[in-house]
Amino acid sequence: MSETVLRVQGLTVHYHTRRGPVRAVDDVSFDLREGETLGVVGETGCGKSTVGKAILGLLPPRTLVRGALTLRGKDLLKLPEAEYRRLRGEELALIFQDPMTRLDPLMTIREHFEETIRAHDPGASKDEAAARAVKVLRSMGIPESRLDHYPHEFSGGMRQRIMIAMALVLNPKLLVADEPTTALDVIVEAQILEILKDLRRAYAMTLLLITHNLGIVAEVSDRTAVMYAGKLAELGPVADVFRRPIHPYTQGLLASTIHLRTERLRSIDGVPPSLLDPPSGCRFHPRCPFAKDVCQEEEPPMVEYRPGQFAACHFGGDFV
Amino acid sequence: MQFPVKMNVVQVLGRALARRLLRPVSEEGLESVRPVVHAVDGISFRIEKGEILGLVGESGCGKTTTGRVVLRLLKPTQGRIVFEGTDISALKESELRPLRPRMQIIYQDPHAALNPAMTIGQSIMDPLLIHTELEDEEATEAALRAMAEVGLVPAEEFFTKYPADLSGGQQQRAVIARAILLKPSLIVADEPVAMLDMSVRARILELLLELKARYGLTYLFITHDLATAKFVCDRIAIMYLGRIIEVGPTRTIFADPKHPYTKALLSAIPVPEPGRERPQALPRGEVPDAILPPMGCRFHPRCPVALPTCGWEGRDFVDYLEQRRLDSARAAMEEEALGPIDAWSTSGRSAFRRVEPERAEALLRGVRGVLKDAPAVLAEAVESVEAVGGKEVVVRFRPPVPLVPTQIEGREVECLLYQTAKP
Repeated sequence: MSETVLRVQGLTVHYHTRRGPVRAVDDVSFDLREGETLGVVGETGCGKSTVGKAILGLLPPRTLVRGALTLRGKDLLKLPEAEYRRLRGEELALIFQDPMTRLDPLMTIREHFEETIRAHDPGASKDEAAARAVKVLRSMGIPESRLDHYPHEFSGGMRQRIMIAMALVLNPKLLVADEPTTALDVIVEAQILEILKDLRRAYAMTLLLITHNLGIVAEVSDRTAVMYAGKLAELGPVADVFRRPIHPYTQGLLASTIHLRTERLRSIDGVPPSLLDPPSGCRFHPRCPFAKDVCQEEEPPMVEYRPGQFAACHFGGDFV
Repeated sequence: MQFPVKMNVVQVLGRALARRLLRPVSEEGLESVRPVVHAVDGISFRIEKGEILGLVGESGCGKTTTGRVVLRLLKPTQGRIVFEGTDISALKESELRPLRPRMQIIYQDPHAALNPAMTIGQSIMDPLLIHTELEDEEATEAALRAMAEVGLVPAEEFFTKYPADLSGGQQQRAVIARAILLKPSLIVADEPVAMLDMSVRARILELLLELKARYGLTYLFITHDLATAKFVCDRIAIMYLGRIIEVGPTRTIFADPKHPYTKALLSAIPVPEPGRERPQALPRGEVPDAILPPMGCRFHPRCPVALPTCGWEGRDFVDYLEQRRLDSARAAMEEEALGPIDAWSTSGRSAFRRVEPERAEALLRGVRGVLKDAPAVLAEAVESVEAVGGKEVVVRFRPPVPLVPTQIEGREVECLLYQTAKP
């Protein structure tokens, strides 16, 4: 049994808005084990990005956060900002969707790396920083000759590789990738996914991959967590969840994914609910073809319907 | 309706990397060097009445530009666009206006396509009020009917809502209602479902197919998503950096793609099937700049099965040198032997660098050594390696065989692997 790197317990995040609290994440719990890749998947507004931001301490001020986020024994929610800053980079790293907004257009790549490395290791000389940068950039397929170029001189895929290199240069234990390939073309996306897979193999890196794309989850993840309207709907090994989904939402999501072998177009009736005033009981019940009275009255608990595969559905047993 | 579109270069004055406006000495001396983005470079196709033609490709391939030019939202630099028998390539806006109701567009971002200060009803009615003599009341009736048709029901309720009150899927339905109200014959749909959640896409696609059947519509369906194109389109044209590289019936192309780029696209799509292995290696690199596209076949620098005559050029040699330096063990040695990357220049088929006469021999040896180590196709594509005038080492590649679109097994492909005709 490998070590637990991150334990998420009862995570609840309510954003403060003029119209009232938006219940973006409600009582979400899961563990992330060392060396595994967990794909957190769901559609717009499901709360997956919020989970990522909560882990990295990047939620806006006045956001209500409850629960526990334990990283190797440290409760992240109780950490002072100075501690968090040190943690970010060295233990926790993050890759975002659009690298151009994360890279300073007025700084060369060399300067970016210098800044990152020396923020955590003030004693490092510029040469040392450059050497470390070159090493990790090379592993991402970026030649040393580009070190003094500016972000706009790179293509989208190369910028994302630079982001990944910057995230890795401090040898973090946990990498959180939030929609890392959404802005990229499909061939470049596939290249980046190969890189992420290599990271797993070569560095035994623990990766929390947040995406709406089921294909990516299938390709890169060991386990997957399916989120809907701020709640965890299903959690389990990726092969099991994809081939034998339990939660009706997971079933609907898989069925409506258009891919090369799609025979029939399918969709899920209705629209995602408002998180200001979510449905009572199971949040999916208004759209669920199998809903019964209890689904509106009681919130379903997460039940282990198969070994390692959990679903929050009163009737999950019907689908096993 | 026949719809041949012949276009050559569409001049899009885009992001200028090196804008230089030289001062005029006299009127004749005025020289402005403005880089041209070859967004679409010599494509020809037809769309038959009642068909859905897919235009598929990654960013920078020119598909969106093509869609705009087809509707004359942009003017082509060269070539002709014939819409329902009329050559619209050079018509003035006032001459185009009476034709506009017959050609409509649906964009990718429904939120951006709807005026946030207008109600849904107002947005949908707007084109009717502009193009027809209908009174407000009649226009409202027509709009309500269209809204019911696209599933925005109860229509009266949605009529007074604002775009911000609607979900992405509902907004897109409003956009579609607006597009069909004028009874167009051609609709250009540019990534109509790309910004919608998966669970909603199918319904919008179904709606588009229903409307097509009901009104005998014709679509130009622009997308980067091959899986969606496969489902929706009758024929597809795959674009790469301004060219159509493969075109034919959807079934034919997906069953047996010919062009290496088409194969790469198909293979790259992530599929929600855990454990699936990719059928082949991914091409390296990314889509290059459309301002200076690669010579010959534009895909050649990334193509896993390129031939020596596909258009190898100086830039490919320098790229290869740069790639070699990713290997830290030999980077220092290569820097010594061949010099820093930016010492090398390129011009068309040649790559060259100045060198002190006493070092010319050593550099020549270094270059020949590198080529011996290079992928076979790169080495075979070299025409000559020589020291010119004793102080410049030049690597020159063989000229490319010009590409000619080839009919093969029910589709047309632009690739030397299949080309038998002499150009």
